[in-house]
Amino acid sequence: MTVGLFIPCYVDQFYPKAAIATLELLQKQGVKVVYPLNQTCCGQPMANSGFEHLTHGCDELFVKNFSQFDYIVSPSGSCVLHIKEHLHDEKHPAEATGIRHKIYELVEFLTDILKVDHIKATFKHKVGVHQSCHGQRGLKLSQMSELVAPPFSKPRYLLDMVEGIEIIDLDRQDECCGFGGTFCVAEEAVSVKMGKDRVADHIKHGAEFITAADMSCLMHMEGILKRSKSEVKVLHIAEILNAG
Amino acid sequence: MSHIADHAELSEQFNKDEPRVDWHDQTLWFVRKKRDVAVNKLPEWEELRETASQIKNNVLSNLSEYLLQFEENAKKNGIVVHWATDAAEHNEIVLSILRKHGVEQMIKSKSMLTEECHLNDFLKENDIEVIDTDLGERIVQLAGEVPSHIVLPCIHKKKEEIGEIFHEHLGTEKGASDPQYLTGVAREHLREKFLTRRVALTGVNFAIAETGEFVVCTNEGNADMGAHLADVHIASMGMEKIIPQRKHLGVFLRLLTRSATGQPITTYSSHFKKPREGKELHIIFVDNGRSKQLGRPDFRNSLKCIRCGACMNTCPVYRRSGGHSYHTAISGPIGSILAPNLDMKKYADLPFASTLCGSCSNVCPVKIDIHQQLYKWRQVLVQEGYVPATKSAGIKVMNWTLSHPSVFNFAGKAGRWVMQHVPFVVNNKLNPWYKQRDMPDAPDESFGEWYSKNNKKDE
Repeated sequence: MTVGLFIPCYVDQFYPKAAIATLELLQKQGVKVVYPLNQTCCGQPMANSGFEHLTHGCDELFVKNFSQFDYIVSPSGSCVLHIKEHLHDEKHPAEATGIRHKIYELVEFLTDILKVDHIKATFKHKVGVHQSCHGQRGLKLSQMSELVAPPFSKPRYLLDMVEGIEIIDLDRQDECCGFGGTFCVAEEAVSVKMGKDRVADHIKHGAEFITAADMSCLMHMEGILKRSKSEVKVLHIAEILNAG
Repeated sequence: MSHIADHAELSEQFNKDEPRVDWHDQTLWFVRKKRDVAVNKLPEWEELRETASQIKNNVLSNLSEYLLQFEENAKKNGIVVHWATDAAEHNEIVLSILRKHGVEQMIKSKSMLTEECHLNDFLKENDIEVIDTDLGERIVQLAGEVPSHIVLPCIHKKKEEIGEIFHEHLGTEKGASDPQYLTGVAREHLREKFLTRRVALTGVNFAIAETGEFVVCTNEGNADMGAHLADVHIASMGMEKIIPQRKHLGVFLRLLTRSATGQPITTYSSHFKKPREGKELHIIFVDNGRSKQLGRPDFRNSLKCIRCGACMNTCPVYRRSGGHSYHTAISGPIGSILAPNLDMKKYADLPFASTLCGSCSNVCPVKIDIHQQLYKWRQVLVQEGYVPATKSAGIKVMNWTLSHPSVFNFAGKAGRWVMQHVPFVVNNKLNPWYKQRDMPDAPDESFGEWYSKNNKKDE
C-alpha cells in the first residue's frame, strides 16, 4: 500500500510540525508514504468564496500529483471534504473520480482503513477536543449533536489510546469555531466572537491543549489565545497521537 | 446612491456590545437545547424528518395540482380564493377586501409572509391601521422595528427594554419589567382590539388540498381570537404551504414546535374550513418568487421550509449577529437561501454570512440542505457579477498562486521571511486577521522543504 500524503497549503507553510507528525504516524503504522513535492492547495478557499469555476488549475494539479496512489491521506477534514465533493478534471474524469473515492482524512484513515487498535503515545495533559465542522458534519468523524442517533467519535477513539491523556468535557460539544475560510476576514467581527466563545469553553473546563483534526480551526483559535496571552496551546491531533 | 450596510457591517455594529451578544447567543442556545431535549424523546425523530421531507418533495413536484385541488374544495366550503403573483398584488387584494367593507382598522396575527410583502407599510400608506396581535410582533411594532426572528420576533429585546416601550405606548409604570405584569397589560390592550376590529388577517401554516381547509398554529390563541370575533377573516399563504392530505398534518405538527421551541405541539393548532353564517373567509395564495425558485434545480427544495426557525437558533453566526443583520424579513440560514431569489443584488452578502458549518441542515425538520445551498448561491452570485471587484481580483491572484507550485513555494517562503523579519508588514490594522488575532509563527522551513532534506529515499 502506498499512500500519497496531501498537506494543505497553510499547514505546509505555517504548521510543518503537524505535517511531520502525520507522516511519522503513518510510517509507524507500516505504511509507505510519498509526499509529491509539487502540491499546493485543494482549491477550497476559492470555491467557498464562490469561485469554484476558477479552480480547474488547482484541480488538474491535484489529479496530476495524486492519481497514482492507493490512498491519499491528509491531516485536514475540511480539505478532504472539499476534494470529495468538488474535485473535477475534464481531461482526466476517471482519475478525478478515483481520487474522490480514495482520499481520506487522517483520523478516518487510521480507524476505518488501517483499523488501528493500538497507538504507542504518551501525552500527560488535559486536552479539549474541537470538532471541526467539515470533518464532523461532512465526513462524519463523530456523531452530531443535532441528530437523534447513537454517539461515536473516531478522534476520541484514537485519543483514548494515548497514555496519560485526560479529555475534558465541553458545554457545547460541536459548535463551530468561526474560522470558515475567507469568512474569518470577510466577517471578522462574528468570526472572532465565535472563536473567543469556543476558546472560553475549553479554558473554563481546564484544557491545557486544544486539539482537532483540522489545523485551520486551531490556527484561528491560536490567534485568539495568543492575543489574550493565554497559556493554552493548540496541537493537531497527529502531534498528540505521535507524542512521547 | 446611499450606502446600504451589509451583513458584515451590521454584525460588526451588533458586536460592539459584547455582553449583549453573549446574552443573545445564550438565549437562543437555550432554545436550541430545549429542542434537543424534545427531539431526543422521539426515537423515530430522524424517520419523521425523512417522511416530512418526502411529503414536501411530492408537494413541490405536484404543486399546481394540489393548489387547484385545494381551490376546488375550498370554494365548495365557501372560502373565497385569491391568487397573487407578487407582494404588490397580495397587498392590493387585502386592501380591496378592506375597502369593500369600508373598514380602516385591521388586526393581524403572525404572518411572516405579510412581512415579506411589507403589508403593514402599504396599508399605512393607504390610511389603514394594522395592529399585530402576536405579543412579540406587537412589541416590535410599537418599537417601530421588524421581527428579528420568524418564531421569536422580539428575541433581540430584553424585558427591561420591553418595559420601556410599554411605558411609552401603553402607559405601564416607569421601570416595570415583570413579564407577568407586562403581559397582563398587553392582554388588556389587545382584548379591546379583538373586540372592535371587523377584519382579521392570519397566516397559514398548512393548507390541506384534500379538504380545502387550512391550519393556523399559535401559542397565544391570538389568531383564533381575531378570526372568531371578526366579520371577515383573510388568510395569507405562501403557495408552498400546501400539503396533500389531512393525515400528513400529524407529521408536520409533531415536527414544527419540537424544532421551533422544544414544545411537543403548539398550544393552538386551529383548523379553518368554512366561514360562519353571514361572515366571510378569504385565502390569498401568494407566489412572490416561489415559482422562480421552484424552477431553480439547486434551490427548489428551500420551498420545503415550514418556518420553524430551528436553523436560526442553532446558527452560531445568527446567534452572534442578530436577526436584523440579515436585513430581510426571513433572517438566518433559511433567509439567506431564500432572499437572493428575490433580489440577488440586494442580498448578495447573505450566502456569505455563514461558515458552512452545516448545523442548520442537521436541525432542519424537512431536511433542506441549507449549507449546500449557501455554497451554491455563492457560485451563482459570483458568476452573475454580484460580488465586489476587489474581492474578485484578490481571489484570482490567490488562485493563480495556488495553481503554480513554484510560485506558491516562492510566495510561501517570501511570506514567512517577511513575517519573521518585518512583521509589521502583516501585523497591522489593514489586516483583518490581525485586528483581534495574532498571526501564526512563521517557521524557518515549510514541510515541503523539510521533506526534501529528510525523505529523499522515499521518492
